[in-house]
Amino acid sequence: MTPVLSKIRFRDAQIEMAHGAGGKASRRLVEGLFAPILFEGSQDPLGDAAFVDVNGSSIAITTDSFVVKPITFPGGSIGELAVNGTVNDLAVSGAQATALVVTFVLEAGLPTELLEAEIRAMASAAHRAGVVIAGGDTKVVEHGKGDQIYISSCGVGHRISGITISPKTVRPGDRVILSGPIGDHGITILLARGELDLEADLRSDTRSVLPLVQAMARAAAPGIRWMRDPTRGGVATSLNELVRDCGLGAVICEDKLPIHDAVRGACELLGLDPLHIANEGQFLAVVSQEYAETALDALHRTDGGEEAAIIGEIREQPAGTVLVSTLYGSKRIVDMLVGDPLPRIC
Amino acid sequence: MKYVDEFRDPELIAGASREIRRLADPGRHYRFMEVCGGHTHAIYRFGLKDLLPENVELIHGPGCPVCVLPMGRIDDGLFMAAQPDVIFAAFGDMMRVPGATGSPLEHKARGRDIRIVYSPADALKLARANPDRHVMFFAIGFETTAPSTALTLLRVRAEGIRNFSVFSNHVTIIPAIRAILDSPDMRLDAFIGPGHVSTVIGCRPYEWIARNERKPIVVSGFEPLDILQSIVMILRQMKDGRAEVENQYARVVPWEGNRAALKAIGEVFELRPYFEWRGLGFISQSALRIRDSFAAWDAEKHFLTPGVRVTDPKASQCGEVLKGVLKPADCKLFGNECTPEHPIGALMVSSEGSCAAYFNYEHRKSELVTVSA
Amino acid sequence: MCLAIPGQIIEILQERDNLALVDVVGVRRKIDVGLLAEEPAKPGDWVLIHVGFAMSRISEEDAREQMRLLKMMGEHAAAMEEITGYGLDDSVARGGP
Repeated sequence: MTPVLSKIRFRDAQIEMAHGAGGKASRRLVEGLFAPILFEGSQDPLGDAAFVDVNGSSIAITTDSFVVKPITFPGGSIGELAVNGTVNDLAVSGAQATALVVTFVLEAGLPTELLEAEIRAMASAAHRAGVVIAGGDTKVVEHGKGDQIYISSCGVGHRISGITISPKTVRPGDRVILSGPIGDHGITILLARGELDLEADLRSDTRSVLPLVQAMARAAAPGIRWMRDPTRGGVATSLNELVRDCGLGAVICEDKLPIHDAVRGACELLGLDPLHIANEGQFLAVVSQEYAETALDALHRTDGGEEAAIIGEIREQPAGTVLVSTLYGSKRIVDMLVGDPLPRIC
Repeated sequence: MKYVDEFRDPELIAGASREIRRLADPGRHYRFMEVCGGHTHAIYRFGLKDLLPENVELIHGPGCPVCVLPMGRIDDGLFMAAQPDVIFAAFGDMMRVPGATGSPLEHKARGRDIRIVYSPADALKLARANPDRHVMFFAIGFETTAPSTALTLLRVRAEGIRNFSVFSNHVTIIPAIRAILDSPDMRLDAFIGPGHVSTVIGCRPYEWIARNERKPIVVSGFEPLDILQSIVMILRQMKDGRAEVENQYARVVPWEGNRAALKAIGEVFELRPYFEWRGLGFISQSALRIRDSFAAWDAEKHFLTPGVRVTDPKASQCGEVLKGVLKPADCKLFGNECTPEHPIGALMVSSEGSCAAYFNYEHRKSELVTVSA
Repeated sequence: MCLAIPGQIIEILQERDNLALVDVVGVRRKIDVGLLAEEPAKPGDWVLIHVGFAMSRISEEDAREQMRLLKMMGEHAAAMEEITGYGLDDSVARGGP
């Protein structure tokens, strides 16, 4: 192995916020700098989780870190996000989380009360998700050098029987299923920051999607080809990653997208595309045509899956592209998110 | 959504599209300019080109305030942001626009205090909340946005707030349309008029276009049905040999405009003798500066700006695209050196910019749709 | 060039700055209604919002009239398609607006 000779394609002069926003810039950073040097031995370095062989058994492993402002918001808080996010990364990789270890980076001056609330939120989220928090680590940085709490979490799990997830198995004609309404988390956070002075009765959708994935797997495991949780960068970014990885195209029907009114209203008002807004409790699945209805049915019959929908399908062409078809038969391209979603007035 | 969803009704859209096909003479080619970048964005977002016959061509106009701003103005604003205790406040639209030393977002990454606001009123709120800092609001926009800046300055003066200033980059649309019509390489049949600007200025200021230039202009709303109906109205005018100002967007646009808004503009602003537009060059009487009676809140007087003039990168053809002479994809840099991620020209930054709209929604589609249809 | 969106006034606020609380399908914000000075805004009014200011009042009547014209246009276009080839002159057959 000669990692030093790997071809580096990351040419940006400095790290910008966009490199963490989950869109194009993030992907360029990972693919162009991390992957060639660091992940050379990995089978699937860009997946949500990796499977590694430990003494003959296949273990799923993932890591995620959580930086959010404000740390509590309607429907959740950073502690809950950390547990659910890690469990979900494993779930959409076809694994059930068994244990997490967590690292806290705390800013000096953080009130204990706040920390305790987050620890309790994590404990109850872990309990709900059926996962053990096996240990952790804490570091404290000087006041002003962090945003109250950063949490990093590493999770391990075992394969949910019968499903193998890979973009390479995706075929034209497969259906794209979305587990529920989009944009609730991202818009909730945007409003909770208070800078835009907007109010709405919205809550983050943060939750463990494992029960939904399990229900779908029980009913339609052989048909499940690919899954992903559309967090930062939204549904548009996840689907663009899929079409690039599988070399096919996807067509999404705009009128089939589940979305709450207030999310739509906020997006119209701020000029944002709901397809680019982050979710923390949803997943996308590509399911073969013959199993699609069964999978959808299983989701509909599971708590929290009532609004799941088949939103589109995989096509041979246009390869590498996600198209949205409108109600009136026209089509437009939807690309990955570029940078952070910024409110606009033009 | 009331007043939104009914104007996206698929059946009525199909009807309007059929009517356009019926009215358009297959033997001729139509070139209509949508003046407003909001229309450009809507046309791409809703995929309206798919609903038009091939011989009805839409040319993207100059009505994108971010796109027409010369690079030097951004550098002037960033110079102000670099002064001690300054908070630079601007709309999200400005954040990725490249100046010679980087975009506001890049300056923010280097530690400048740069904030995104949704409204000039929010910039004023920042000033009230930070009495020991100076809030400079980077104002952009056509006549739609200028009244809100004006009203904010009127309130600032009434309250006697001293730690607030406005860097006015407000521009006016009529001189830009005139410049386009005067351009020798431009051949247009009609205009889709800017609906939201017209809520302020009304429909009268367009009368010369119909009368002197003999070109129809229909003031249009922004939903798919609004735009299609406006095209129908233009085609009918042409068929009847008429050239008139018509108001498709009467539910929102009063023929006479908004007098209170015009009054606020007049109190606070005056016309600049000339202003530089990216791609169009210097246009006289085409922009608004702050009157002397408001000099205390004029950022151009408060800060000694270098007033830099930065020429656009040589290879970029923003000007030609902005005037509608070139299609975005015909620019040598389009999609290669110039992408939404690494924009060279502002047309690739603003979601209203025709290059960004084309890149995001249309690019590669033409060659694809035929395959997937 | 300007993103503007319809919203309904819920309440006129008794603070400074001519503020009103406006609802856009479940999203609420304080909006400056100072530019509607000629005819003061009242709860229930629909207004067009741009950068936190109400720019114009939306006319229900004009919207309804526009929908009527659009419906007629659709029917007219369909009817005209059915009779293409009958040799009727369009300017005679045209009954639409």
